[in-house]
Amino acid sequence: MIAVLGLVVGVIGGIVLQPTVPLSVQPYLPIAVVAALDALFGGLRALLDGIFDDRVFVVSFLSNAVVAALIVFLGDQLGVGTQLSTAVVVVLGIRIFSNAAAIRRHLFKA
Amino acid sequence: MSVTDPPGSPDAPEPPDRRSPWRTIGQALRPRGSRSQLLAGLLCALLGFAVVVQVRQNQVEGLSRLPQSELVRILDQANQRTDDLEREAAALEATRQELLSGSGQQAAALEAATAAAETQGILSGRLPAQGPGIELVISDPRGDITPIALFNVLEELRNAGAEAIQLDDVRIVASSYFTGAPGAVVVDGVPVEAPYRWTVIGDPDTMGPALEIPGGALAQIRNYGGSGTPQSRLQVEVTATRAVPEPRFATPLPADEG
Repeated sequence: MIAVLGLVVGVIGGIVLQPTVPLSVQPYLPIAVVAALDALFGGLRALLDGIFDDRVFVVSFLSNAVVAALIVFLGDQLGVGTQLSTAVVVVLGIRIFSNAAAIRRHLFKA
Repeated sequence: MSVTDPPGSPDAPEPPDRRSPWRTIGQALRPRGSRSQLLAGLLCALLGFAVVVQVRQNQVEGLSRLPQSELVRILDQANQRTDDLEREAAALEATRQELLSGSGQQAAALEAATAAAETQGILSGRLPAQGPGIELVISDPRGDITPIALFNVLEELRNAGAEAIQLDDVRIVASSYFTGAPGAVVVDGVPVEAPYRWTVIGDPDTMGPALEIPGGALAQIRNYGGSGTPQSRLQVEVTATRAVPEPRFATPLPADEG
């Protein structure tokens, strides 16, 4: 419940504050968001698997976002930023799908 | 590092094998002041915030997030479009100028043609005319004035620059001729009778003295017993007109060869 509340609070905060993303962060924020989404779905799946651990969740959430951003940053430095961010999004998308499938199997037995 | 990794901490909850997954979620959602719930809430807030910010950013600045190659392509397209439109604008402007000058030229040509037609009409006797000139009434009490004498008067008037001439009711033109006998003069096939009334448009100060030259046209008239004195007028009207026949044989020489 607190997690859902936090989500709502964050959305409202974003709408109300209307912050501008600093230019240096702009390329990495969307990747970090996708990585965080992946961590969120992973956490939900772990919860249903009965192996949820808050420490693991927090660490994986933060490290996923940071690593994804780092990969894109490295790709930008190497001149393959666009391709690498595409690769990261694809990988994270696949993981989100598989996590969502596992959650679905848990909830609906199908 | 992934959340699907096996938990490393010893205080991980026991796998709730026999419990329904919905119950698991319900339990997890039940608000408790536990550390894990607070952390998850904090992270979810962060995620929601980031998502909203990113969505807004994406909506506000569409171009700033595009890769360089895409931007170059868009710029190229815009430039090409600009060039196309500029070319089109130039073509349309040229057409407009053409049409404007064309209609201007047409108007000028029409004006010139109208003016020329008026001039030709007056000179050829097709149009009535008015202007400064002289009136000359030649009386012929003895009936001795010959057609030649009247023709000499006409020649003198032409030499003095007369522009429109009327004798009685006959408009005198380039092809006018005098025939008949003294006292029964025929002009262009129309008999005229004394007194011969000339109405002439031209410079009165030139035509009057020209007629009065010693031994000239009027002197000849007086030899035949006639009399007449040119009267200067500021305004005389030549009302008789003459239909101008189309030339049967002559056609204009082409302008570029003339």
